[in-house]
Amino acid sequence: MPLTIPKQRWTAEVQTATIGATEAEGGTRTSTVTIGGEQTLPFLHFDGETPNRPVIAMEVLDEQPSGWPEPLAQHYEDVWGDPAAWAQKAVEEFGADLICLRLLSANPDGSDASADQCAETIQSVLKAVGVPLIIWGCGNDEKDNEIMPFCSQAAAGERCVLGSATEDNYKTICASALADNQMIISESPLDINIQKQVNILVTDMGMDLANIILYQVTGGLGYGVEYAYSILERTRLAALDGDRMLQMPMLSIVGSEAWRVKEAWQSEEDAPEWGPLEKRGIIWEAATATLFLHAGTDILVMWHPEAVTRLRDHIDEMMSGESV
Amino acid sequence: MFVIGERINGMFTDVKKAIQAQDPAPIQQLARDQLAAGANALDINVGPASSDKLGAMQWLVGITKEVVDVPLCIDTTNAEVMKVGLEAAEGNAIINSTTGEEERMEKILPLAAEYNCPLIGLTIDAEGVPRDANGRMEIALRLVAACMEQGIATTDLYIDAVILPVNALQQVPQEILDTLQMCKALSDPPPQTVIGLSNVSQGALHRELINRIYLVMALANGLDAAIMDPLDTKLMDAAITAEVLLNRSVYCDDFLKAYRK
Repeated sequence: MPLTIPKQRWTAEVQTATIGATEAEGGTRTSTVTIGGEQTLPFLHFDGETPNRPVIAMEVLDEQPSGWPEPLAQHYEDVWGDPAAWAQKAVEEFGADLICLRLLSANPDGSDASADQCAETIQSVLKAVGVPLIIWGCGNDEKDNEIMPFCSQAAAGERCVLGSATEDNYKTICASALADNQMIISESPLDINIQKQVNILVTDMGMDLANIILYQVTGGLGYGVEYAYSILERTRLAALDGDRMLQMPMLSIVGSEAWRVKEAWQSEEDAPEWGPLEKRGIIWEAATATLFLHAGTDILVMWHPEAVTRLRDHIDEMMSGESV
Repeated sequence: MFVIGERINGMFTDVKKAIQAQDPAPIQQLARDQLAAGANALDINVGPASSDKLGAMQWLVGITKEVVDVPLCIDTTNAEVMKVGLEAAEGNAIINSTTGEEERMEKILPLAAEYNCPLIGLTIDAEGVPRDANGRMEIALRLVAACMEQGIATTDLYIDAVILPVNALQQVPQEILDTLQMCKALSDPPPQTVIGLSNVSQGALHRELINRIYLVMALANGLDAAIMDPLDTKLMDAAITAEVLLNRSVYCDDFLKAYRK
């Protein structure tokens, strides 16, 4: 008996967003990244179009990380402390579609770098690579509000994505993004209702829906990730069902979440039953990324180059539609 | 919920005057206002405004299309007028309506197929409006079967179970709620459901209150669409809130604003 594949008719599609601006568009990027536009759930090519492939952002820290396990550290030791060189390596050697720059050095409990220093870092990274940038503060609201206007201005016109606007702290970042033609990340603590509310708050300030990327704070595989999956999936279902306030492309932080869990870094002496350390973290990161990819994420922020390769191969396979 | 704005209807004095004076401004304003208030489609009904129904429909659809880009719900019992309206709407229309009578379906269903547009089917036949939900379902089933024969997707059929004024026939609102639920078992996928909401309060004193409460009750029983007045803010607020409570839209603190953004 022939099998009829049931098709789902959706009333709406995910919004398309283009990150980065070339010279013709008022920036200096040599390439831009277009995401979104999905007319169906991930990779159900028989249901509708997936016009843009999910992309891989690689994270660059602006200072030397501490406590990275050897299998991860070995790929970056030569560029630690030089974010421009780190970014270059991520793009040229590892094939990053875009760079996610984290200004950890601004943290007042750490190096407490000034706004000017952060702005300089951004300019050096912009010079070093041609791909678009996601720029994230240090995570301290007060300090981020101090540095973000300068950071945004240092990249004016580049159509970077600034992170992040939260329910309690969105005004400064919105104002900066509006002034300098940047996009923003709308962040929520794994709560679809708050995500929607943040989007209302930022659009009230005049942010265009097309300039927003959604981000839910998630964990790594094994740590409540199935709940994260269900929230991302529900967001995507709402988008396809016509909820304009949840129709933007989604971003997931994978690298730092995957390598945070003990399965990724615990030594072989302490956990011999878990197998070789050199493979574990990579598998953990690739598996976490795959899960978010299938929940509907459009931008995956990654750490390990081999996890990136595995993820890219999987995206290739899913986009080809051959396995369907 | 799919909101079909009811205000462009020659039954309303302002619309009637505008049709007679061939003055597009008030109509176009009503079109824009209804859309801004949350309408997804606009009903277009010439009503008693003109003896030249064909010309009036063509004009109404034409001037409305100039200012909005949503489906226009061509509201007439006359197949000729329907065709003119569909033609003027250039493919972005909903047929309102056919009944379950054979000769009406024979005239109207081919138009839905030809213009590839959804249609509203009233549960009325030669005998009139049935007394109860079972009678309505018999006609609804006939409508579904006739659509299938014509190759019209059942999801493009909106069953209108014909709400009657509560002050005249108090048992009808409950019969309609039963019908709404039963419609979802008619076919797979099932047809959609619609009501001409304002009819429930026709001639009653507290019209807005009745409309508002009944819309919420109907939504809770599975209603998909309503021909209603989106300019009634409390009515829209009630509908938006009901959709949140029924988990058909995602809650957020500013959910009323979210709907209207």
